[in-house]
Amino acid sequence: MKTAFYANLVALKTIVRREVRRFVRIWPQTLLPACITTLLYFLIFGQLIGSRIGEMDGFPYLTYIVPGLIMMSVITNAYGNVVSSFFSTKFHRSIEELLVSPVSPHVIISGFVLGGICRGLCVAVLVSGLSILFIDWPLHHPGVMLLVVLLVAAIFSLGGFINAVFARNFDDISIVPTFILTPLTYLGGVFYSIHLLPSFWQGVSLVNPILHMVNAFRYGMLGISDIHIGIAIGFMTLVSIALYVWAYFLLKEGRGIRH
Amino acid sequence: MAAVSIKQLTKVYANGFQALAGVDLQIQEGDFFALLGPNGAGKSTLIGILSTLVNKSAGQVEVFGHDLDTDPAGLKRCLGVVPQEFNFSVFEHCFDILVTQAGYYGVKASIAKERAEECLIQLGLWDKRDTAARMLSGGMKRRLMIARALMHQPRLLILDEPTAGVDIELRRSTWDFLAELNRKGTTIILTTHYLEEAEHLCRHLAIINHGHIVRNASMKSLLKELPAETLILDLKKLCTQAPVLSGYTAHLVDEHSLEIQIGTQQGLTDLFAQLARLGIEVLGVRSRTNRLEALFVSLLEQQPTEVQA
Repeated sequence: MKTAFYANLVALKTIVRREVRRFVRIWPQTLLPACITTLLYFLIFGQLIGSRIGEMDGFPYLTYIVPGLIMMSVITNAYGNVVSSFFSTKFHRSIEELLVSPVSPHVIISGFVLGGICRGLCVAVLVSGLSILFIDWPLHHPGVMLLVVLLVAAIFSLGGFINAVFARNFDDISIVPTFILTPLTYLGGVFYSIHLLPSFWQGVSLVNPILHMVNAFRYGMLGISDIHIGIAIGFMTLVSIALYVWAYFLLKEGRGIRH
Repeated sequence: MAAVSIKQLTKVYANGFQALAGVDLQIQEGDFFALLGPNGAGKSTLIGILSTLVNKSAGQVEVFGHDLDTDPAGLKRCLGVVPQEFNFSVFEHCFDILVTQAGYYGVKASIAKERAEECLIQLGLWDKRDTAARMLSGGMKRRLMIARALMHQPRLLILDEPTAGVDIELRRSTWDFLAELNRKGTTIILTTHYLEEAEHLCRHLAIINHGHIVRNASMKSLLKELPAETLILDLKKLCTQAPVLSGYTAHLVDEHSLEIQIGTQQGLTDLFAQLARLGIEVLGVRSRTNRLEALFVSLLEQQPTEVQA
């Protein structure tokens, strides 16, 4: 029992190390784009347009949108890391290395998800570092910020994993980010408070999970939120568990990877 | 002890194709076992189920007493697999591929690095340790896959066409390596289309066709069943007519080659004595076909029906 636990721990470390090595090796494709995109957001939305908008919920516009921009980067990178990495292992058939080994499905999922979380955290740190050049950083609840980043990265890493399991070609791994994640992110309160919307659209916005994530992180950083923080964190926790269970059964069943 | 015990193994794919139809097979520990059959016979499915890459439809599989259904992790720990197609990340360095593979089996990084060094040296890849796998030649990639399969020191090694597309020199050195590995105690299952390879290396073999085991026997006993062998004699002098030989059938292939049918119980001494009396000098002797190949073809010809679900 103890030996099996130790073996699984070594396997988990191996997968995480391999995942981190992968995204660090290709950093111009994985880490740099997030920095450039966010820098453009800071310049255009913050400096050029933001200066004309003034304040939102008592904060300068640029300060108001920084939490959302960090969340956007974490979401995109955590998802992209796992979906491309896991699909590549399927495409090159190197997934067979893992499947013939005694690694449990829990370890495989956890390894890929931790890899996604690591990339999400790296990008969050880089984008936060960039934002210091533009704003004074308020830190209302650092613990909440960290918890939210971890939960969001975990949710989207699991989402990427499930997408990769079902994907049959490279087009299939870009459909969800393009047609689902990007619209939800832009409508998820990154650039505005939902209190600016008519009441009907405020209600519709509450269905958007990214709204909960952005607001929970904004609460941690600025101390303001359109959503109750407890509800947001509870919601994210439930989504994480549900996605994990789904990913586990897909992998155990061998969907898309075993005949 | 049985290294592999397979009972009534059946596989029906989602499209209804029955790849395996109740296969029974026992492979003893320490054996060097050939699994032969034409394309689509069920070899890869059988290997796939053993290595857990294919889900079985019915039947029981045990490897060193570990049941596939109740103890898959135990079964996998005993197993090293060298697949037919390259299945490593082509962007990673050879050394990293090996260390990572060992990690999946719970081997600590420090031990894995020592083993990776040993395996790469043994298989002549040490100079390529920091080379991305995509930069290797086909033969080097094959050796890398063998090295990777050995990283957790498996008791059973499954090789699916390990020398396909490999030049003769490399094939011979791979044979020597595998024979030595087997001598040290590793049970080996080999699938190959090079029947000369199976004859050279394996002690037992099974021939599979249309999802059935057509024959399962020792190499020696199977080769004894061959009624006759055809030899080609290269002649020193021009010969325009096939000689009449007592007890042998001779045909002239061309003016310098003679084809002779010789029974497994017949010796060559009498043949050469007769040729000498006729003044025919022989420069060389070779078999027209590989002995196992002749048997393989004749056994498959006796299996006309295809099994469908």
